[in-house]
Amino acid sequence: MTTYAMWIIITGCLVGFTCGISGSILVLRKMAMIADAISHTVLLGIVLAFFVTQSISGFPMLIGALVIGLFTAIFIEMLHRTGIPSDAAIGVVFTSLFALGVVLISFIGNQVHLDVKHALMGEITFVPWNPLTIAGVNYGPVAVWMLSIVCILNIVMIIIFYRPIKISTFDPAYAKLIGIPVGFIHYLLMSMVSLSTVASFDSVGAILVVAMLIVPGATAYLLSERFLLVIVLSGLIGILSAISGYLVASFWNVSIAGAMATMTGVFFLLAYLFSPKQGVLVKKMQHKKSKVRVS
Amino acid sequence: MITEWMTLLESPNFRWVMIGSLLLGFSSGAIGCFVYLRKQSLISDGMAHATLPGVAFMYILFQNKSLPVLLIGATVTSLLATSFIQMIIKQTKLKTDAAIGVILSVFFGFGILLLSYIQQNMSGNQAGIDSFIFGQAASIVKNDVYTIGVVSLFVLLLTVIFFREFHYTTFDFTFSKGIGIPVKWINGLLFSLLVAVIVIGIQMVGVVLIVALLITPALAARYWTDSLGKMTVISGTFGAISGLIGTISSSVIQDLPTGPMIVLTASVLFFISLLFGFTKGLVVRRLVR
Amino acid sequence: MLALSVHNLSVQYQQQKVLENVHFQVPKGSITGIIGPNGAGKSTLMKAILGLVPITEGKVDVLEQPFTQQMDLIGYVPQRSEVDWDFPINALDVVLMGRYKHFKRFRPISKQEKDLAMTFLKEIGMETYANRQISQLSGGQQQRVFLARALAQNTPIYFMDEPFAGVDAATEKMMIQLMKQWKNDGKTVIIVHHDLQTVQEYFDHVLLLNKKTIGCGKTRDVFHPQNIERTYGGSLTFPPSIAGNSL
Repeated sequence: MTTYAMWIIITGCLVGFTCGISGSILVLRKMAMIADAISHTVLLGIVLAFFVTQSISGFPMLIGALVIGLFTAIFIEMLHRTGIPSDAAIGVVFTSLFALGVVLISFIGNQVHLDVKHALMGEITFVPWNPLTIAGVNYGPVAVWMLSIVCILNIVMIIIFYRPIKISTFDPAYAKLIGIPVGFIHYLLMSMVSLSTVASFDSVGAILVVAMLIVPGATAYLLSERFLLVIVLSGLIGILSAISGYLVASFWNVSIAGAMATMTGVFFLLAYLFSPKQGVLVKKMQHKKSKVRVS
Repeated sequence: MITEWMTLLESPNFRWVMIGSLLLGFSSGAIGCFVYLRKQSLISDGMAHATLPGVAFMYILFQNKSLPVLLIGATVTSLLATSFIQMIIKQTKLKTDAAIGVILSVFFGFGILLLSYIQQNMSGNQAGIDSFIFGQAASIVKNDVYTIGVVSLFVLLLTVIFFREFHYTTFDFTFSKGIGIPVKWINGLLFSLLVAVIVIGIQMVGVVLIVALLITPALAARYWTDSLGKMTVISGTFGAISGLIGTISSSVIQDLPTGPMIVLTASVLFFISLLFGFTKGLVVRRLVR
Repeated sequence: MLALSVHNLSVQYQQQKVLENVHFQVPKGSITGIIGPNGAGKSTLMKAILGLVPITEGKVDVLEQPFTQQMDLIGYVPQRSEVDWDFPINALDVVLMGRYKHFKRFRPISKQEKDLAMTFLKEIGMETYANRQISQLSGGQQQRVFLARALAQNTPIYFMDEPFAGVDAATEKMMIQLMKQWKNDGKTVIIVHHDLQTVQEYFDHVLLLNKKTIGCGKTRDVFHPQNIERTYGGSLTFPPSIAGNSL
């Protein structure tokens, strides 16, 4: 394997793992569509960061995305409080902010390599060509560094706040009662999702981010009932989807992000059919067995 | 600038596109009221995203950009996605939002995969296929406007005919059954109209944002009235205004994508309504208090 | 004559049995209470009878005819929690729904129909609220509006899903009076009910339900401690309202 291919696979795996672990928690909290919304709206954050700094560089982008990501969550919550059903609130907020981002991009599109298609599909093939060089020494792609930092940050946050996250996910009312800062945990998770999204965005685009946030988490939830196991499994499924997606993409010469997203779907389908406890086919077989026993 | 406007308005193709965007906006705004009130916003977003692989697949199969052919593919994958979502909700412990999220992202991702296959492996004029993602009014020709216009009018006609049934089943399903409304048929009809609007809207607004043309005008209209009849008309009007302004601005200013401009217009209308709507606007509520 | 007779009705969600071989009869001109703990399948039973939930097994007769579901025989008052109170609809529009079969397609609702709907609102003392959006009414007023809709519908049988929940004492009294009047007119009222204290006062017949029929018949014959305990499975020492709140 060439180093070129290696960097792409590493990037994909980091995206899969980072999004997988943070996304799975949102799936368990029944907030999958908020993850979807945030992964769209961070585009606006990136564009705004560009307007302020006039360049596309890692750090301002992270800040911009973080701000807009949190803003999205707060905004949805605010509209919901005025009496709008939450599904409509999510729909209005994410389409408004995303449309604004896309329109702004089209004004600056000629100045930088940021364009609408890029935002959607990413340019994972460019990742290896954008290395971090300090004093002339090549330290590997910038994207890999950024993803690694966010990934470690996610892991550290999950470890530190593991119990509060778990309890507030399982039973928010009870968590509040025993003094867990439920609101803080909520926005901490929103921040993690925003950061994961923006770190992944540049290389794989919005589609794959959404897929990696939601699908591995949902798959893992079908395979296990234990909180920690769901998170870990979700991360691993993210990695598996990335690797197999890359292979599919290079074999048929198609979009890498598209292929990785498709592979998350394949793993989901497998779990849907064959999960030991939840699988649809497995349940059917058990049902037949029990019927035979009765008669 | 003014001369640009004049030449634009004189272009017959543009006039057609304007009529198309007007009709599409009105019909989706009207149907959107029911989508909003039945809390189906996110599922229609999933349905919209799921049209992409259908469009791409039909193009690969027939190497033909004729709109009706592509839209048949869009309808099929969109329906497929809906039934998958329902299957997941029914048969697993996953809840609605996760089920929608899974299907939405996987179908869309697969659509992108197919689009990239088209770009890599197929010759011929494929320009305009990826305009389905964000919508491009410029890619619409007179024949497409016929399709969009006829379907929109048909949707509006059926909405008028069955308005009472849509109204009653949306408000109180069980009661509607009791008074003899064929509720399953009415549900199916309303759902078909929703699919129709989504499918004809993707070329102009794009699969990513078409859901906004359904729910944002409806949500905005809710702030002006407490009557469903009036709400439907206001919502349709908001949708039509959004469609028109979005199409015109994206044609006058170069590089401006149509779909996001339509959606942005609708969003502005929504925020104005949220603040100043007569019946529920935040300012009015403050004053009353 | 029997208003409703249900034979061996079973309902299944996936592999879970929600109702199992439920059988009961409701005589015409009675007020029947369906009593049982949370999750006993009371609302499901109503929906199954109306054909909104697929029946795995069993048969439903309405007025001693096989129920074809298209007939306009059953009026329905929904559970409060199932109503979208923010829906853009006012009190008069809700009542008008009950006159659906008299409307003509393509024509606006006639003045005559509107006047008629107003008389129903007047009957339950709500005529001044006709143009109020339904969320701007109190709990009792909201329930009155749905009752007026049932009046407008004028069916021989009424289903009501917990009609007294969230309702003030005056409205509850008025509702009971109205139902007794219906009963005297030969109509049948079937009510899903929660409050065990009022069962003997309100209902002449009861169905005790917990997935299966525990008891069915005249209230004084069936509603005794032994049956109640079988229905609630000994959980009566922790009334469901309290047990539910401990989380």
